[in-house]
Amino acid sequence: MNYRLIVNIAVSLLKARWRQTLVAAIGVTFSITMFIALLSFMTGLNGLLDGLILNRTPHVRIYNDIKPTKGQPVTLAPENKTAHNFIRSVKSASGRLEIYNSAAILDLLHHDSRVLGVAPKIVAPVFFNAGTIDITGVVNGIDVQAESSLFHFYEYIVAGNAIDLKNVPNSIILGKGVAEKLLAELGDVVQVTTSQGEMMPLKVVGYFQSGLQDFDKVQCYTSINTAQKLLGKPNNYLTDIQIKLHDLNGAPAVAREYGGLFQADTEDIQTANSQFETGSFIRTLISYSVGITLLIVAGFGIYNILNMMIYEKMDAIAIMKATGFSGADVNRIFIVIALSIGLAGGAAGLVFGYILSVVINHIPFKTAALPTISTFPVNYNPVFYVIATVFSLVTTYLAGFFPARKASKVDPVVIIRGK
Amino acid sequence: MSEVILQATHITKYFHDPVTVPVLNDLSMSVNKGEFVSVVGKSGCGKSTLLYVLSTMDTDYEGELWIEQQLVTGQKEKQLARIRNEKIGFVFQFHYLLNEFSVLKNVMLPGLKLNKYSAEEIEHRAMERLKMLDIDELALKGANQLSGGQKQRVAIARALINDPAIIMGDEPTGNLDKKNGEIVFDIFKELATQYHQTLLVVTHDLEFAQNTNRIIEMEDGKVIRQ
Repeated sequence: MNYRLIVNIAVSLLKARWRQTLVAAIGVTFSITMFIALLSFMTGLNGLLDGLILNRTPHVRIYNDIKPTKGQPVTLAPENKTAHNFIRSVKSASGRLEIYNSAAILDLLHHDSRVLGVAPKIVAPVFFNAGTIDITGVVNGIDVQAESSLFHFYEYIVAGNAIDLKNVPNSIILGKGVAEKLLAELGDVVQVTTSQGEMMPLKVVGYFQSGLQDFDKVQCYTSINTAQKLLGKPNNYLTDIQIKLHDLNGAPAVAREYGGLFQADTEDIQTANSQFETGSFIRTLISYSVGITLLIVAGFGIYNILNMMIYEKMDAIAIMKATGFSGADVNRIFIVIALSIGLAGGAAGLVFGYILSVVINHIPFKTAALPTISTFPVNYNPVFYVIATVFSLVTTYLAGFFPARKASKVDPVVIIRGK
Repeated sequence: MSEVILQATHITKYFHDPVTVPVLNDLSMSVNKGEFVSVVGKSGCGKSTLLYVLSTMDTDYEGELWIEQQLVTGQKEKQLARIRNEKIGFVFQFHYLLNEFSVLKNVMLPGLKLNKYSAEEIEHRAMERLKMLDIDELALKGANQLSGGQKQRVAIARALINDPAIIMGDEPTGNLDKKNGEIVFDIFKELATQYHQTLLVVTHDLEFAQNTNRIIEMEDGKVIRQ
């Protein structure tokens, strides 16, 4: 098979109709450009929105919830096996929020190969005393370094230094909302009262802003030691253990395993944040469908132009067949035309798509909800470029397939006699 | 007895649209090597139809067709294309040059398709044929820059590029003025006498036919005199 000749003829036909060819190629370029820019931008935004929650959410959380015991003694007793329990109004015992034997658990977790990192935490509801009013809040005692490396804690500090929490004794980082209500400046001392009535002055060393207003109005951070002191607990007291895994998808299984092993409540990220996954899935789906629709429209453009070209070139096709080109040769010529439009338009589309993504990435985007963001986020994922390339070739091939088949079936006798 | 180039036996063909009518009726004929044969007859007697059957482009017929002792009837489309490429040269009433290409490239195309010689050699052969037809100075012009007579000469050069066993012409002078018609005829005559090229030409120009070696006269899909 003489491919050079076929390519040569295809190129000559393209050159003769270069305006239409250009329009068809621009159609492909435009759709590929939009496909890439749209997906990069959409998934960039998705990543940002998911990151808001998911970055700060442990894959597995170990804690003790306040709840009534599942097996009440009256139902456990063997003599009551056949009896009906009509006792209502069962209350939760004042169980301890503390995780039992936390040191041993932490030690075991550090040696588990599936675990990327562990961050212990103490959660305590408190009141902030400002003049005559008390403002409710939650103090999180955290290990600043673990929290920063696993959950990007430092990224959300808008004033002050995260590490001061560790270096300055009895220090606190206030949520931006809390700080505004307390009118607390950096270096000020705020009065904190626990639910048990213990009071303690803490020094403000920073502000924290997550972007979620409700969150910032209650959440504050201290070091684990400060929290233990505040609550009057020993230094092995922990209420939460947050775990990040190497493989996020393994979280539900690991959570179940740890729940049984440590006799504690566990929660995995999929259960805690299922709505975010649904949201990003749907946004991605919309971007893909818009992008693919654009490509299909471009495909119809190519189909049109090839069809027109075939009607114009009937004589040429007839004479090529009369002088020894087979139907398969003619078919290949038009497929080559279609594919070269797709290839050239697609390649230009990849470049323009990248440029447009960069432009979007430089558009200023400032919002109070997202303190760490200054421009629109863009996800430069090479997978989009691969999909765009494959899809542009497939669509143009299909767009060329039917006209090419028609051309290959042209009967030279009909054309030549028709004159 | 000289070698038979083309032989058709008991060719019958019908047109089905709008009603079934026989166009060729149990027709047999042959062309020998080196002959210059013309087919004449009134309009609608089936002479063009016969030519398209003989040229292998029309495959919807009954009977058998042999080209250089090879049975052509019933071959696949691809093989037929190959036979046309290698053994048959065409000259139509209209020139049918490809406007996208230069004159030289138009002449070279069937040669490139056959792929028997290198591109340089095909170019050389194409130039030889253009020179023979006295149009070598037009080689690099676009096909649409030529006059009607020049185009027809280019078409003849294209027909000659693969040294075909037979050249078929369908009213090759039908669209030309008298002067150009004579030039084309002289070329055919020269091909037949000097190069012993086999030629089969359909025409209704009796003057043209009279100067050929043999006249096949057709009427109502039959050969009435040859």
